[in-house]
Amino acid sequence: MDAIVRFFRKVWLLLARNRFHRELDEEMAFHREQQEQMLQSEGMTPGEAHYAAKRRFGNAARLKEESLDTVGFRFETVLQDFRYALRQLRKNPGFACTAVVILGLGIGASTAIFSAVNPILFEPLPYPHAGRIATIWYAAEDGSRIPQTFHTYRELAARNRSFDAVAVTKLWQPTLTGADQPERFDGQKVTAGYFRVLGVSPALGRDFQASDDVLHGPRVVILSNGLWRRLGADNTIIGRQVKLDDDSYTVIGVMPLAFDNVLAPSAEVWSPLQYDTGNITSLQTKEWGHHLRLVARLRAGVTMAQARSDLDSIARTPVPEFPRPSWASLDHGLIATSLQEDVTHGVKPALLAVLGAVILVLLIACVNVTNLLLARGAQRHGEFAMRAALGAARPRLIQQLLTESLLLAILGGVFGMVVAQFGVRALVALSPTELPRLNAIGVDGTVFGFALGITALIGLVVGLIPALHASRGDLHVGVQQSSGRTAGGDQLTRRTLVVAEVAIALVLLVSAGLLLRSLQRLFAIDPGFDASHLLTMQVQESGHRFDDDSARARFFTQALEAVRQVPGVMTAAFTSQLPLSGDFESFGVQFESDPNNNPESGFRYAVSPSYFEAMRIPLRRGRVFDEHDMAGAPVAILISDSLAKRKFPGQDPIGQRVRIGPDIGRADRPWGSIVGVVGDVKQASLALSDSDAFYTATTQWSWVDSVQSLVVRTRGDAATLAPAIRKAIWSVDKDQPIVRVATMDNLVAKSEAERHFVLILFEAFGLVALILAATGIYGVLSGSVTERMREIGVRAALGATPANILALVIRQGMTLTALGVVIGASGAVVASQALVTLLFGVSRLDPITYLGVIALLAGVSAIACGVPAWCAARVDPSITLRAE
Amino acid sequence: MAKRPELLPGTLDMLILRTLARAPLHGYGIALSIKRLSDDVLTVEEGSLYPALQRLLLHGWVKAEWKKTATNRRARYYSLTAAGRKQLGVELSQFEQMMAAIGRVLQDA
Repeated sequence: MDAIVRFFRKVWLLLARNRFHRELDEEMAFHREQQEQMLQSEGMTPGEAHYAAKRRFGNAARLKEESLDTVGFRFETVLQDFRYALRQLRKNPGFACTAVVILGLGIGASTAIFSAVNPILFEPLPYPHAGRIATIWYAAEDGSRIPQTFHTYRELAARNRSFDAVAVTKLWQPTLTGADQPERFDGQKVTAGYFRVLGVSPALGRDFQASDDVLHGPRVVILSNGLWRRLGADNTIIGRQVKLDDDSYTVIGVMPLAFDNVLAPSAEVWSPLQYDTGNITSLQTKEWGHHLRLVARLRAGVTMAQARSDLDSIARTPVPEFPRPSWASLDHGLIATSLQEDVTHGVKPALLAVLGAVILVLLIACVNVTNLLLARGAQRHGEFAMRAALGAARPRLIQQLLTESLLLAILGGVFGMVVAQFGVRALVALSPTELPRLNAIGVDGTVFGFALGITALIGLVVGLIPALHASRGDLHVGVQQSSGRTAGGDQLTRRTLVVAEVAIALVLLVSAGLLLRSLQRLFAIDPGFDASHLLTMQVQESGHRFDDDSARARFFTQALEAVRQVPGVMTAAFTSQLPLSGDFESFGVQFESDPNNNPESGFRYAVSPSYFEAMRIPLRRGRVFDEHDMAGAPVAILISDSLAKRKFPGQDPIGQRVRIGPDIGRADRPWGSIVGVVGDVKQASLALSDSDAFYTATTQWSWVDSVQSLVVRTRGDAATLAPAIRKAIWSVDKDQPIVRVATMDNLVAKSEAERHFVLILFEAFGLVALILAATGIYGVLSGSVTERMREIGVRAALGATPANILALVIRQGMTLTALGVVIGASGAVVASQALVTLLFGVSRLDPITYLGVIALLAGVSAIACGVPAWCAARVDPSITLRAE
Repeated sequence: MAKRPELLPGTLDMLILRTLARAPLHGYGIALSIKRLSDDVLTVEEGSLYPALQRLLLHGWVKAEWKKTATNRRARYYSLTAAGRKQLGVELSQFEQMMAAIGRVLQDA
């Protein structure tokens, strides 16, 4: 009650603040007069009495402030400080703008990066109890992760005691037909429990149930919210039919808009897997193939460790109901990790490196602004001394100065949020597509809170040192010579800060340099083919009219003919997989000459004869395919150089006999023979030297692939031919989707997108750091030259030549740089450890990079030193000495 | 200048309230009254007097009005409110308890 009354009285007094001041003034004046009269009556002269009364009364302004403190609100003094701070900044717009821009860039960059990193690394996945969702992989002998087989999934689902729900899924790319242009969707085939594992149910209609997921079960489909909207956002869609791959599917559900499917972010349709649960003993079935991703939801109260030991014991103790073939024996156990870890572990090192870099940028921005504030504090020494003399207590001065730096930080923060908005957009545009949760990146509440937090923190951090410096004792000295020298401590602090700036800049520049050299090394690698003037696209057949292999083959042959007629096309060919496109398919090769009969594994390419000519893959020995290598003719195989050298060192591989893929171990199938050796090609990435490969003619492989990539060597610009080529293919059959249209140059660049992305960021950060460090050095040196004007004048008068003085100042600046370089180099040695996974062909201690960066920094700081040094050298001794 | 003895902390409000309980006074009058009644031992600093008066006003323990003095000057007179009288009682009894306690400790020594 009392508190409420007091509050309203305060509000009343706030509204009547002028009257409050007036009355207080009058009251105090009255007090002094009374005292004066009293003193006079005690025998003082009126003059003496006046002075004595005044002295006894003390500092009226301070007294009034204390009364005001009693009745006023805390924010009033803050508001007062803010008004004063604003006035200060307006008085010095150059300083204010510089500080705001530097802070804004720092805050903006770190906010943008944080907004990208937060949903991927720190936020839980957008599912209820997301920490309980696990992925379980089959462990290979070397500990690597291998997808699961269907029967292993069934065994785990039946025998585990740790999970509420278990599901497997595989990617599915059906084509929606019947519209103007065929459209291929990304989708997933899932077992019935998939959405229950994620903990998400359809917004419309129903989830899959066990009766949907049986062999030859009903064709049902659940749509993504986005697809449902594109189809007209009609609530009555449930129960309707859509045509996918020539089959009618009944729509049974629509997922909610907020559903973020991290396992396959682009998936828009889901349908039951409908695998065969019987027939476990027949091994040549897809149910025993390693191609499924397994996810499971932990029971409440069960830890991941408990689940792991549960899975271990299942793996160790086979039961008769679940026989296991040799390739799914679970001999090396199972790998269970949280889904979060699973989807992010690939990008984690890159993101952490970028996060670290942006924190360094923020740090260097703060150091820079601290330095600016210190320099300004030195100029305002007189002002502070005056305020202290007029009764401002030290805490009050510090509060005032912190308010100023906080105001700078807030302005910087506002500017930073603008920078962050653009930054986030640029980040999303630049980011490699394999970045998970890309659609969750944006400026949301958490990000805003982060920006607010660092802004406040920066305001305090940046302001504290200058505030303590400026309000430090000895203020009366300042009054006596308000234009005078600053204390030596200021210079020491500022030099220390410049050394820190140089050190941080060096760390960032070395990191950027190492990444740059890695990428140069990578792009200098010969991919094994000529990427220029090469257009690629993926062509897919869909529909029952291609159930027959010969119909499939006919379509591709006719399409190829049509493409060759397009003007500007030199050669064209189809291949089952395309290098550096993300395709990754290997099969076994069994060599007759191998005494152990141990099949090798290699990338499998089923190609049309002109593939090598179109790609310009060099022929090392023998011949390439020709029109005689047809179905029924003796099987002709080409192998890669690396495979030839490994299997037939010093021998001629031509004529050696092999069995490939599904023919391995089948005596009823004829041997194929090696007819040629071609150059190695980079398939998975430029960085990987895994290039064992074999080639067959499309017509001689066991089946006709329904998805093939077209490669077209063009005369002119490859990209401009894309529409004409697409039209040519659709002239053969208008229902076949064409996707992933890209020039080979683009694919090569994209294959290193992640490194490139990180490099761009590091280059930008390194550049900012370099500029900030240079301005830091310049600022400190020119400040020091101004302060030492007298000393320099004396030196000049005593006979120092301009060259001597130039050397003096430059030496001072370069000493700071050298110190920073030494500290920074040691810092870079440590920091570069975080980059190791991103480097290629370059040691993290690469001397060329370190020396290059040091030379760059030294050069830039020499320029930064040069300007103040030149000013110092031109000092006219007679003028400075007279000024004294 | 010789150092004047400091007021016991926390007693200023009580002294002001007690002084005003006799008669309404202006600020200078309060300071003078406390000084005289204590035989010049207790001196109220102006620096603490006016903030203290504002505090008491805020609590509603005193009220202020502008009146003419005997010499026809305008001055702000403070007087005790009912709430102030109650508060004075509370503070006095607390203070007496405290004094009694201190007294017992000192006697014992």
